[in-house]
Amino acid sequence: MIFTTEEILETVRMIQLDHLDIRTVTLGIDLLDCRRDSVKETVRFLSEKLKLATDGFLDTVNRVGVEYGIPIVNKRVAITPVSLLLSSTDMEEYIYLAEKLDGIAKDIGLDFIGGYTCFLEYEVSQSDRALLKSIPAVLNETERLCSSIIPATTKAGINLDAIREVAPIILETAGLRDNPAVCAKLIVICNPPPDNPFMAGAFHGIKRGSRVLNVGISGPGAIRSALEKLPENSDILSVVEEIKRISFKITRAGEFIGKEIANRMGIELVGVDTSLAPTPEEGDSIARIIERIGVERFGAPGTTGLLFLLNDALKKGGLMASSLVGGLSGSFIPVSEDKGIAEAVSSGAINLEKLESLTNVCSVGLDMIPIPGDTSPYTLMGIILDEMAIGVMSNKTTAVRIIPVPGKRAGEWLELGGLLGRAPIIDVNRFSCKALFERGGRIPPPISSYRN
Amino acid sequence: MKRAIITVTGVDHTGIVAGISSVLADLNVNILDITQTIMGDIFVMALLVDISGLEDITPLVNKLSEEGDRLKVKVSFEREEIFRTMHRI
Repeated sequence: MIFTTEEILETVRMIQLDHLDIRTVTLGIDLLDCRRDSVKETVRFLSEKLKLATDGFLDTVNRVGVEYGIPIVNKRVAITPVSLLLSSTDMEEYIYLAEKLDGIAKDIGLDFIGGYTCFLEYEVSQSDRALLKSIPAVLNETERLCSSIIPATTKAGINLDAIREVAPIILETAGLRDNPAVCAKLIVICNPPPDNPFMAGAFHGIKRGSRVLNVGISGPGAIRSALEKLPENSDILSVVEEIKRISFKITRAGEFIGKEIANRMGIELVGVDTSLAPTPEEGDSIARIIERIGVERFGAPGTTGLLFLLNDALKKGGLMASSLVGGLSGSFIPVSEDKGIAEAVSSGAINLEKLESLTNVCSVGLDMIPIPGDTSPYTLMGIILDEMAIGVMSNKTTAVRIIPVPGKRAGEWLELGGLLGRAPIIDVNRFSCKALFERGGRIPPPISSYRN
Repeated sequence: MKRAIITVTGVDHTGIVAGISSVLADLNVNILDITQTIMGDIFVMALLVDISGLEDITPLVNKLSEEGDRLKVKVSFEREEIFRTMHRI
């Protein structure tokens, strides 16, 4: 046999027992050429283009999944940011466009479509404001459309005025139909990569090609399982090497599957995202990996150090495996989606401030965190500002995907169901930062952004 | 040539090899190599097969899964390239 039994079993085990999968295949589609004078005409052209561009997409992905024996979980499309497709001061026009996009996604059979996006790092224009104001209705009335808002970048600095407008939108989105789960489709993001295949932050970056493919491969379970096989007293370098080894293997598999799908569709694979994305499945957890290496509970002192180790080893293994590594390619720490992190919150091992500190060393940020519904808009602004500051200063992606839960208090649980999981509501620091936001304006970019 | 590796794991008993290979023979899938071993109490068999003649893989995957259920073993099917990309540089 060309492979040893151990090699064959290692792969089979990763797929069958450790939930190794291609988490997402995301088709990026440029819609800039669909811009017309009216929203109706724009919708007419982009509908046509989306239908043509996705022809055969799902079928190809499903066939490759069965044929190669690797599960492919999500089929998604990322489009050119909507704020670049439509300039209107009429909120209804954005709602019309959003409903059409959602309908197209449904007709095609996509899991999600990303790109209800606006860039606010320099200013909030009248059309940006109309788009922002449409978000609560749009996210409550559509199923598959994801929205991202960019109020800060390392190049631009942090737009406090934008954050001041965004925080109330998040609260309104959660409260509009008393369905806070829709906030899972809304992310506030700093330095967003233009080739991120993961939702809610995926959009198709400018000049990234007219139709290209990105894949996200994920196997926290495979890494945890490999670490479980290491002797208890292995030194830290053995742990690093083991993570690199597994990351290399799963990245190679992801790149291979991505190329196969791209070849069959006659397009180019442009990115492989090696992010470790946990699911609520037992064992498919970032927290369990960290705990396995040596802390009693995720959040204990030492957690930041270990998450740095994990993220760095993951990147090194992935970069060795593929030249297409891009997107976020780090560990996600979404509280509700990771059973171990949700338990850590529940047991008091970790709080919001420690979660924020962890985002210094991983992607993506404060993710899938339920907070009390009576949180003040100013407090939410402050939380967003702090997370943006980490991204701006470190020249990396950071984000806030927070879920205000109306009528619930800290310690009660929010049930989201499915892959979104469940989590206890986390308390927020209630000391005010109102005076700061009343100053307004833009915090200038850091000295590290002046590279020329 | 399109090749795949079929992996069978479970508690050892008579008829496993016969059951799986008859599914392959019925669908005209040629076995190129076969290896089997016992790891702990678990029977492990890996078959390298030629699937060039198959237009659609789905019937084979479904039949193998049904036969696995009947034999009370776990059968998995992956294209050979998956192993090659993971284990060979």
